[in-house]
Amino acid sequence: MAIPLSYNLRNLIERKTTTVMTALGIGLSVAVMLGILGMLAGLNSMFQATGHPLHLLLLRKGSNAEVTSIITPENLQVVRGKEGILAAQGEPMISHELVTVVNLAIKGRTGTTNVNVRGMPQVGVRMRSESVKLSSGRWFAAGQRELTVGRAAAQTYAQLGSGAQVQIGRAHYTVVGVFDGGQTAFNSEIWGDGNQLGADAGRAGSLSSILIRAADAAAAAGLIRSIAADQRLIVEAMPEIEYYLRQMQSGLLLQYLGIFVAIVMAVGSSFAAMNTMYAAVARRGREIGVLRVLGFSRPSILASFMIESTLLSLVGGALACLATLPFNGFTNRLANQVTFSQVLFEFQVTPAMLAVGMGFAALMGLLGGLLPARLAAGKDPLTALREL
Amino acid sequence: MWRFIPFAFKNSMRNRRRTLLTILSISVSLFLLAMLMTVYIAFYHREAAPEQALRLATRHRVSLTFPLPEYYLARISQLPGVKHAYSASWYGGVYIDRKPLHNFPRFAVDPDGVFLVRPELQAPPDQLAAFQRERTAAAVGRTIADQLGFRLGQKITLQGDIYPGNLELTIRAIFEGENDGVMFFHRVYLQEGQPRGRQGWIGMVWSLAESPEAVPRLAAAIDEMFRNSPQQTKTESERGFYLSFLGMLGDVKLILVSISTAVTFAILLVAANTMAMSVRERIREVGVLKTLGFTTGTVLTMIVAEAAIIGLIGGLLGSLMAMGMSAAIGKMPLMFGADLRMRPAALLITLGVGCLIGVASSLAPALGASRMRITDALRHAG
Repeated sequence: MAIPLSYNLRNLIERKTTTVMTALGIGLSVAVMLGILGMLAGLNSMFQATGHPLHLLLLRKGSNAEVTSIITPENLQVVRGKEGILAAQGEPMISHELVTVVNLAIKGRTGTTNVNVRGMPQVGVRMRSESVKLSSGRWFAAGQRELTVGRAAAQTYAQLGSGAQVQIGRAHYTVVGVFDGGQTAFNSEIWGDGNQLGADAGRAGSLSSILIRAADAAAAAGLIRSIAADQRLIVEAMPEIEYYLRQMQSGLLLQYLGIFVAIVMAVGSSFAAMNTMYAAVARRGREIGVLRVLGFSRPSILASFMIESTLLSLVGGALACLATLPFNGFTNRLANQVTFSQVLFEFQVTPAMLAVGMGFAALMGLLGGLLPARLAAGKDPLTALREL
Repeated sequence: MWRFIPFAFKNSMRNRRRTLLTILSISVSLFLLAMLMTVYIAFYHREAAPEQALRLATRHRVSLTFPLPEYYLARISQLPGVKHAYSASWYGGVYIDRKPLHNFPRFAVDPDGVFLVRPELQAPPDQLAAFQRERTAAAVGRTIADQLGFRLGQKITLQGDIYPGNLELTIRAIFEGENDGVMFFHRVYLQEGQPRGRQGWIGMVWSLAESPEAVPRLAAAIDEMFRNSPQQTKTESERGFYLSFLGMLGDVKLILVSISTAVTFAILLVAANTMAMSVRERIREVGVLKTLGFTTGTVLTMIVAEAAIIGLIGGLLGSLMAMGMSAAIGKMPLMFGADLRMRPAALLITLGVGCLIGVASSLAPALGASRMRITDALRHAG
């Protein structure tokens, strides 16, 4: 027969201070883990949201990022002649782009950071119109020194207000609008006219990447093959989605840090829970004796103490979950270690993450409760009754 | 006060299991804190070589990724107050594959200037001469040479990404010194393989000033010199340059500090909880001690000393673990050749935090117990 749960609950309430302190200690461990998980979730969903299924991104062979890729105009001409590229309103969906970085100051901080600047023809904006919408002002005009900036970039960097001037290369550009890239990585970028940017950045004629939209999935596969086989081309085509998924390795360091911190803190908190539970067993020697005399079996005593320990850490886990909720949607900055520029992403609290946090708390409770519960279950009823 | 230490020690041995668990839980958390601090120090407070205060970094004003014209180097070298200067261009590229181990920093430099501006990097004179003489020679730091097993005379191939084409290099020198996790090769060799339009550019210029006092003046003078050129410059001290570089890593500082704070609070809670438990059990003893004539202050000191000893032992254990760990990972290749050996500062702080946590956690229960009236204390039921 199982000992009623209310017995455990009452015990926890009876020893309020100890319960709260142990639970808080466990809660802090869980909160640290949730914090790192939340950042990873945000980063992950951003890279996953970026890219169109029919888009192919062409980079120089051996290059794994747009900023380090250099493509000559001759290559662009060869790509233009390929079969299977979608044409809309009589224009092929090919966007030759130049990606470079500028240093901008972060609002409220000292120092500057690298921000991606993407120069493209007008068709580049249309190709991304499913995920990127203008939210205020207007798009940059062709051949003008104008910029339209991503929502997150506009919020984070001090110099990007509407009408502001930004120096790129030797020229000054005017911010004419803000676009909303939804969940995509484009939100951290600044967009402008490709030819103008190329000339001002001292890179006229050379491109970073070519984005093309295939007519359908079969055409996309055919294009990848035909580009790989073409001797005239020194570029490689890959699905745009894959390119952004690969950038998740920017979160790798954070992930390692998270795993390390979580394990170490779990061990520390389990010791703490163990201490609390040993004290509980020591204080309740006589109670345990009474329970045994009443007919509760050793396994049910073991179960009862394990449950109490788990409850204790679940309280901590719940507190941690509650504490992370208000941070949902906070913008974080992290260096994209592939493109060597800043990505801005939201801190995300997902149900799965909260479940992992609670599970983690329960695990700490179980680990911490096991030894003390065994001690309690092993007590001889008559000796226990005689304890102080 | 010191004669109570054995008493405090004995007291802590009374409930060995609890003391052990407390020490373990404190030491594990302090181990984490020590590791985080080591990373923080490696990133933000790296020790400066004496030359560092004399060095200046000049880059394109807009971004490090924009190149500067070659002649900037000559112009900077000629400025009065500049002893030596060299240009460095980040090569990037791929060595074998993209594994982090193979992705060590590689720069195309002026082979003479680099070792004059960075005198802390030491190599045997014959190797240095061999490196400087041969156009396709490379010099690597000891850290990298050991990790990848590079030998003198070994040929390696770098596959270009920022700079098209492959580079065949021969290792001619292995140098040692602070932050030697880097490879240098000749700028001229890199340049001649490039298309015409991309020749004549350099990544940035490093220069060595004659005196530390000259550094701010030179920084201003260099930027002023190129103010009306198409490529304006930004010149900073070496330290300033590294800090702005680290700023680009994102909120790393914030992440490290917030985790450390959470860890410290978690230990404090755990320790306070245990201390409260052990003091509560001993209230009657406190009554006895006070009956025997021990003053409130003495009783207080005894309880706090016990907690401080526990905290200190936890700190010591944690530091030992952290030292072992940082020695193990210090050999692994990490970003920017960050040196992850544990510094004395991190050790001192860890021990201090351990001790402080002991004191802070026991203060409230100790005060309560020591101030209790003897009659109440004696009547207290465990």
